[in-house]
Amino acid sequence: MKFKSLTIYLLVSSIFLLCLLSILKIMSTLQGIDFKNLNISQNFILGICLSLGLLVIGNKLNHFIKIFSLTSVFTIFYLYINESAPIWYYISVFLVILFFSHKVKNYNLNYLKEDFVSEKIIFDFITLFGIIFFAFVILFPFYIMLVTSFKTQIALLVNPLDFSFDFKKDLSDLFKSYFVIFDTYNFGRYILISSLVSIGTVLITLMFAIPAAYAVARLNFFGKTFLSSSILIIYMFPAIVLVIPLYTVFSQLGLRNSVVGLLIVYTATTLPVAIYMLQGYFKSIPKEIEDAGIMDGHSWFGIILKIIIPLSLPAIASVALYVFMIAWNEFLFSLMFLDNPKSFTLSRAIQYLTGDAETPRQYLMAGSVIVTLPVLIIFIYFEKYLVSGLTAGSVKG
Amino acid sequence: MSDTLSKIEKRTAYTLLLPAVFLVFSIILFPIFANIWISFKEVSLKDIRIPEPRAKKIVKSISDNNSELKIVYKLRNSSLIQKISDVKFKDKLPSNVVPVDLDSRCEFKSKIIKCQFGEWEAKYRENFEVLIKNENNNEIDKKVIKSQKPSLSGKADNILLTTNFTLKNFKKVFYENDFLDLLLTTFYFTFFGTIGAIFFGILAAQLVNQNFYGRSFMRSILLFPYVGPVVALAYTWTLLLDPNSGTFNALMVNFNIFDEPINLLGQKYMVMNIFGFELKLRLALTTVIFFEIWRYFPLAFLFILARLQAVPKDLYEAAEVDGAGPLKKFIHITLPQITAIISILFMIRFIWNFNKFEDIFLLTGGASGTRTLPINVYQQGFAISDIGMGSAVSIVIVLLLIIFMFIYFKLIGRKANEI
Repeated sequence: MKFKSLTIYLLVSSIFLLCLLSILKIMSTLQGIDFKNLNISQNFILGICLSLGLLVIGNKLNHFIKIFSLTSVFTIFYLYINESAPIWYYISVFLVILFFSHKVKNYNLNYLKEDFVSEKIIFDFITLFGIIFFAFVILFPFYIMLVTSFKTQIALLVNPLDFSFDFKKDLSDLFKSYFVIFDTYNFGRYILISSLVSIGTVLITLMFAIPAAYAVARLNFFGKTFLSSSILIIYMFPAIVLVIPLYTVFSQLGLRNSVVGLLIVYTATTLPVAIYMLQGYFKSIPKEIEDAGIMDGHSWFGIILKIIIPLSLPAIASVALYVFMIAWNEFLFSLMFLDNPKSFTLSRAIQYLTGDAETPRQYLMAGSVIVTLPVLIIFIYFEKYLVSGLTAGSVKG
Repeated sequence: MSDTLSKIEKRTAYTLLLPAVFLVFSIILFPIFANIWISFKEVSLKDIRIPEPRAKKIVKSISDNNSELKIVYKLRNSSLIQKISDVKFKDKLPSNVVPVDLDSRCEFKSKIIKCQFGEWEAKYRENFEVLIKNENNNEIDKKVIKSQKPSLSGKADNILLTTNFTLKNFKKVFYENDFLDLLLTTFYFTFFGTIGAIFFGILAAQLVNQNFYGRSFMRSILLFPYVGPVVALAYTWTLLLDPNSGTFNALMVNFNIFDEPINLLGQKYMVMNIFGFELKLRLALTTVIFFEIWRYFPLAFLFILARLQAVPKDLYEAAEVDGAGPLKKFIHITLPQITAIISILFMIRFIWNFNKFEDIFLLTGGASGTRTLPINVYQQGFAISDIGMGSAVSIVIVLLLIIFMFIYFKLIGRKANEI
């Protein structure tokens, strides 16, 4: 039992350490250090030794003295095995090993005798590894996007692995791509159109959805159950099957290449989910408050305007943000309906420019940053509202 | 009294609903039916413009003092396939200017030339000439003549509204379109994309459900791929995976993991040798699936996390007392608690992945073995310009979707209501 758990502990912990060090190495390679070898086997053996050392010493020494001394020793070993590098890399290696030594402080020889200890070890390390894995996998493309937009064409060609920020450059040099896309590629106009379309969609959707949601939530009418159950089914119907008929009809009506056309389509596609989210919230408002409103002689519209809307501002905000994000990110309809650069939205403009092989990639990445940033800022800032919106409007593709 | 009140209530309800319902009907339900109509027609992209008569006006001098001018109208039918009937033409001349020897189809009355051209065949072209002269032999201002635009009108059938139907499109979809491969690719993409997203969703939810420093930060980060604009993300991935200058390949070659760069998005198959068996992997499709998983596992994560946080803690404590390890706790407590949400997620994601267009379009454009049904709609309708074929493929999608939804409500509908 003890031998099995010991082996598992050593294997799992050293694999974890190896992953940490490899990710560090990859990231450092992207900062321009010339590494050629991940040294997997040697670093793995090093990890086993470190884990074993930490385990054997256990609680016999003060925790901090233990981890600092062992970390220093193993950092030196690590540096001896691996290629030479600048001092900041050594410091990062030291910190990574220190982090690792600190994380395994609970493990000692006695602990390995407990029940289910091998399972626990595996679960613990999967958790640790998972956090780092997910953070790395998700943030890496965003990081590449950001850094590429600060690079020059030559720098990208000379060393495709150098993704360091060059802070020595002038600010105007650093942000050159951003200036260029505004000057040469008209991104100001695209931002304006995108904002216009997104905000317009939000306003119109709310204008239509609030009364409809109120009717579904509160009033009795023929066909109510049918309507409320068909809302989500309608929402499940994909945009791609709407495209051809809408394209033909919009062509004949002259609505293609116009903001109005986009507004109509975006509103229609976001309405079902907006109604669904809002009616759920409206139902939770106590009916007595409305009855009081009726006593005061308000009409239905008065009730919606004076009672329902003020009471459900958080839900309305969450719907508004959610609809804004859908409209801002939307691509399929803007691809189909817009073919005149004068009426492009941001997404369509970026896609259009990627089709031209001569557009330098740092400009496109700057464009991508510009289209991504507002959404991420809104998301981080209003996360609480949005997460509830995302769960309610669960079905958005 | 109560009767009238309920009537008022009904009327209010319909007024409140009308705008939303009307809009949704006209933009979402109408096109689905319109698709059926179009799919039985032979229509191409260029036909959907209604044919119209057009004229280009050219003014030529024929005398020295410009008291006489020749106007050439280059007339044509804008359509290459449809005729226009009852074409009428109108142009205005300045005062004191009259036409000489006017064409028999036309008449001149109160400064206006009016013509009846009758029927124009498809591709019809004519150079229609009118000589004009000033009655007092003064100079005619060419610019004034030129700036006056002629107006034309005519009647043409809207090809979309005619009643010629054909089954040709559906025959082509099933027999000439490599339909089996199309269907298999779509299912492969949909199934593995869905399974992968749910698997990573469970993993991420299980992680975030534990206590660690920076947990809420982690939760925000995990949702980034889902909320980011698809255009930017797909383009970043294309750059990242580019075989010539992409970071991913450069890294792999640098660390000797790949011998040479692999075109992950442009290579249809990768042959792998595993224990002597030759395995042909659909490489580009697999990469696209990974992108799909990367982008949509956050949704699964969000749902599963919400469910996990609602699982009572004492269940786990009781299990611990009974001597269950972490694995047993996961299998016997966590999994049963999340099966319902997973089955719903599976169905929702399955349907949405089935209809996914943007991601594949932006990554590969449907090349190198990533042609799915939605991509095919675009290719048929807009790349080959065969609107009828595109609609026919859309109809296939809708039919399959209806089958999925039917299964969904049969199998899971009841469970969904229980949550």
